[in-house]
Amino acid sequence: MSESGSYYIPHGSKWPIIATIGVCTAMVGGSSLLNGNDIGKYILYVGLAIVVYMMVGWFSTVVSEGEEGLYDSQVDASFRWGMIWFIFSEVMFFAAFFGALFYVRTYSLPWLGGEGAGLVTNTFLWPGYENVWPLTANGPGEVGGQFKTMGAWGLPALNTAILLTSGVTLTWAHHALKEMKRIQLIAGLSLTVALGIIFMYFQAMEYGHAFNDLNLNMGSGIYGSTFFMLTGFHGFHVTIGTIMLMVILGRSIYGHFNPNNHFAFEAVAWYWHFVDVVWLGLFIFVYWI
Amino acid sequence: MSSVVKDEHHDEHPSGIMRWITTTNHKDIGTLYLWFAMIMFFIGGLMALVIRSELFQPGLQFVDPQFFNSMTTMHALVMIFGVVMPAFTGLANWMIPIMVGGPDMALPRMNNWSFWIMPFAFSMLLSTLFMDGGAPAGGWTLYPPLSLQTGDAFPFLIFAIHFMGLSSIMGAINIVATILNMRAPGMTLMKMPLFVWTWLITAFLLIAVMPVLAGGVTMLLTDKFFGTSFFNAAGGGDPVMFQHIFWFFGHPEVYILILPSFGVVSAIIPTFARKPLFGYASMVYATASIAFLSFIVWAHHMFTVGMPLAGEVFFMFATMLIAVPTGVKVFNWVTTMWKGAMTFETPMLFAIGFIVMFTIGGFSGLMLAITPADFQYHDTYFVVAHFHYVLVPGSIFAIMAACYYWLPKWTGNMYSETLGKTHFWLSTIFVNLTFFPMHFVGLAGMPRRIPDYSLQFADYNMIASIGAFGFGFAQLIFLYLIIKTIKGGTKATDQVWEGAEGLEWTLSSPPPYHSFNTPPVIK
Repeated sequence: MSESGSYYIPHGSKWPIIATIGVCTAMVGGSSLLNGNDIGKYILYVGLAIVVYMMVGWFSTVVSEGEEGLYDSQVDASFRWGMIWFIFSEVMFFAAFFGALFYVRTYSLPWLGGEGAGLVTNTFLWPGYENVWPLTANGPGEVGGQFKTMGAWGLPALNTAILLTSGVTLTWAHHALKEMKRIQLIAGLSLTVALGIIFMYFQAMEYGHAFNDLNLNMGSGIYGSTFFMLTGFHGFHVTIGTIMLMVILGRSIYGHFNPNNHFAFEAVAWYWHFVDVVWLGLFIFVYWI
Repeated sequence: MSSVVKDEHHDEHPSGIMRWITTTNHKDIGTLYLWFAMIMFFIGGLMALVIRSELFQPGLQFVDPQFFNSMTTMHALVMIFGVVMPAFTGLANWMIPIMVGGPDMALPRMNNWSFWIMPFAFSMLLSTLFMDGGAPAGGWTLYPPLSLQTGDAFPFLIFAIHFMGLSSIMGAINIVATILNMRAPGMTLMKMPLFVWTWLITAFLLIAVMPVLAGGVTMLLTDKFFGTSFFNAAGGGDPVMFQHIFWFFGHPEVYILILPSFGVVSAIIPTFARKPLFGYASMVYATASIAFLSFIVWAHHMFTVGMPLAGEVFFMFATMLIAVPTGVKVFNWVTTMWKGAMTFETPMLFAIGFIVMFTIGGFSGLMLAITPADFQYHDTYFVVAHFHYVLVPGSIFAIMAACYYWLPKWTGNMYSETLGKTHFWLSTIFVNLTFFPMHFVGLAGMPRRIPDYSLQFADYNMIASIGAFGFGFAQLIFLYLIIKTIKGGTKATDQVWEGAEGLEWTLSSPPPYHSFNTPPVIK
């Protein structure tokens, strides 16, 4: 574009407007569905299909531009800054839900149990409510009825080991990439993808166990709310991360990336480590203590 | 060199509407943002006039209370997310790549996406006016359980907020990447114009808090539709928790709305005082301090809701601390003018108006920060007076100052000083007529967000309503002036203002389509 400067500035692009139309359609459809209009479901699907089409198209454009060598080191740095700050925004999104968990455990539930400022509530509104985490963490209204909680040392501990291992295999793949050992790169990435899929399979099993055996669901008071919103959003991020890993794996098999130029690989790796760290927070604060 | 680069690529761009829909050019996108903000300014302004019409006299005359509440809610959402934020993002898009000597924004395609989300998100939001149950009416702060009683509008409201948040976060990421990565060689951080500095810090705030708002409204959504108990005490949650989450976003948000104004004023005052800015480094540190403090003061919005005493005291003192860096700024602006060779073109008038009236808003904020006093002021018109002083003659005046200051650069034409000054004086008189009496009725106990009031508040309310209509109509001058300047006028020089310094004044007026193909040399 600019003949003297080397910073690549793309020509006009159709992808952003397609992205907007797709997301907006999905939101309108989702809203209608929540308001009880069944037609909303189809609008939602159309919107999501547009989003998928956009993502494939937009990323293909970027990948082929990258392979053509249009991106110099300064463009690469812009991408890096972009990814770093995107991950920071994700951290803050999870912080809202962790904050909610800490708030209810530190303030709401003890107050409902009669501590500090909650004396009057406990005397007049809900006399006799005792705050025992997590046993009575569905509140004085016992919202959702009796439930059992998920132990930390079964599947969740196994899942922790799986995610930590996936971090190691991904780092192995990264080292292989830097030394241009493509077989090891592909092996490391394949293992990481496999571990991600196993993790999600176990999460699905755990949810089934919670629904069927523990009477634990999103409606189980604040315990169920924080448990499912935190693990649910995390699981969603693992899903996205696994799809991203698969794309990177495909590109590695196809012969993309070299030791000097593999921003996409590193971006996915950062994202995966971020998902990993969030899980450690979940394991400690949601499952364990 | 840079000022003679010709626009060789003009013919490569699609013409007509597709140019604007697919553009990746920072100036095009900046223009789009600014026009979007202008349109929303008039829509949000009409809502304000509905409110002021109803409050012209005591009693219910024009609208039913539910619609009145929708108007206060929508007016706030439109003005905050649809006017001030996009207007500043538009200014950032136009000016930051030029000010740092870069070729464009760092991530041009994402830049396009950030803008084009806005009209769609606001179509979703405004469409709720026509839905069953009406538009959201529980206040822009969306406190549950009231906000959960919204009708069909509810999911549209929540998703519209998610959508705007997406736009803001991407816009902010782009600005940070541009500032950190696109500077010309020699443009060190401490040589950057203050507008760039204030936007860097604003962008950091945006990335830090918009996701928290997204999380908070997601909890509202799941509480309403998926049976969660985040804000339901019977289920172990707490409605007050929403207020904490909201204001953890909300307080940095109000600095998001004002920090870029500081940058604008810091650019304009030295130009027309013909002196360098006094205390550049202290301005940077003051901005950073304000941003840091903004994260630890949120509960001063909630003094009356019930908090342990330690919390009330902590949030009171932390809030009062903000007066220190803000005072540094006001002092520096005044000192810049001290013994300067001042002239009073329209941008300077708006900038001085900003300093005076923003300071009034700052002082009423200091009053509200005092916990025991706040028990009297909370939810009264005093609060309305306070935040309108910092937002209208604060943020909005700064945006207008910026438009007058850079309009000759953008269009290549000088605007009419007579019209500009008329616009300034009418705006200043009417804005005070509107908002100053609100201090008095507020201190006397008039509650906000109520369509009726007792008789003793009648006179001041009538004055405020007259002021609001005057202010509204005065803005038509602004619109007319901008269109007229785009269409033609005296040609502007490259320098435009005698005392102006900075890279934007080294480019032609209007600047070439691609600002700096070759990085400029920074002295």
